[in-house]
Amino acid sequence: MKLRQLEAHLQEVQGFQEPKVALEQYVTPAHIAAHLLHAAHVQYGDVERKTVADLGCGCGVLALGAAMLGAAAVTGFDIDGAALAVCQENLSEFELPCIELVQTDVLQLLTDAGTRWRNHFDTVILNPPFGTKNNQGTDLKFLEVAGALTQGAVYSLHKSSTRKHVIRKASTLGLAGEVVAELRYDLPKTYAFHKKTSVDVQVDFIRFTHKNS
Amino acid sequence: MKLITHNMLSSKTIKGVVYGYPLIIRASQVLTKDVDFNPEFIQRMIPKLDWSALKFAAKCVGHEEDLPDEPPANMADEDVLKRIHHVVMEVDVVDGFLECPETKRQFPITNGIPNMLLNENDV
Repeated sequence: MKLRQLEAHLQEVQGFQEPKVALEQYVTPAHIAAHLLHAAHVQYGDVERKTVADLGCGCGVLALGAAMLGAAAVTGFDIDGAALAVCQENLSEFELPCIELVQTDVLQLLTDAGTRWRNHFDTVILNPPFGTKNNQGTDLKFLEVAGALTQGAVYSLHKSSTRKHVIRKASTLGLAGEVVAELRYDLPKTYAFHKKTSVDVQVDFIRFTHKNS
Repeated sequence: MKLITHNMLSSKTIKGVVYGYPLIIRASQVLTKDVDFNPEFIQRMIPKLDWSALKFAAKCVGHEEDLPDEPPANMADEDVLKRIHHVVMEVDVVDGFLECPETKRQFPITNGIPNMLLNENDV
């Protein structure tokens, strides 16, 4: 599937009905999701026939895109039932039956030391909460979970302004990060406290791999 | 919820629970959905599955006879791989509960999505 085609499909994905600010619910823009998945698929071969996890999947843009590119099985995890209900509608709409959804707190996935999710996936993709609303570092906590769920690659989005910190912190988690692209994240005015109609945020699309592999 | 997902879930995060595995499936609605058969994927999944938990899950939802008693020795037998594919990928629990085998605490499955969130008094 061509990049432009993937992006066009992902533009049809239904978004949050009542986004929750505490969970930083923003729909991953189609052009960013398509870019990330296409690179993971074409440059690195990390999607087709793979088992893929989407952490904090929300309405499922990344999970859907991975399935469209031929992932064998995709599991989306999210804490919010309302977002997952929309996601489930999207799965039915696009007829992608290889996607599973689990309602859980991503940050609790590793609480059980013997969890069977550890190293279960070939590839983990995520657009984590950036942690700007009184919960700094959430993206790095998500990244730590992502690294534990796979021995393969992790694809994640982080604010470019925090790049050095993200790469350094990832390194202490045993992950080597490589910035694949710097993208413009056009956040539409989702919440009442946003003064401008939209604001551009520079985000890094980073591919992490385990340093010991 | 497919049985491949059930195979990964436990209630061990509940305070005092030792194994919390496998979770009992109390299904009120089970469907089968067509999913593309990918033999290479099923071959790779077999060693990752807890076979006795899978047998148990299949029994809970009335698909026990579709599954061999042991993981297949011959991974090239496409007929067996198809049967396994059917049980782990196509059988879908749409509504019901997952039940902790130790505390009997129930996790609802709604519209195919298991809700594994714990309350404050669970942890």
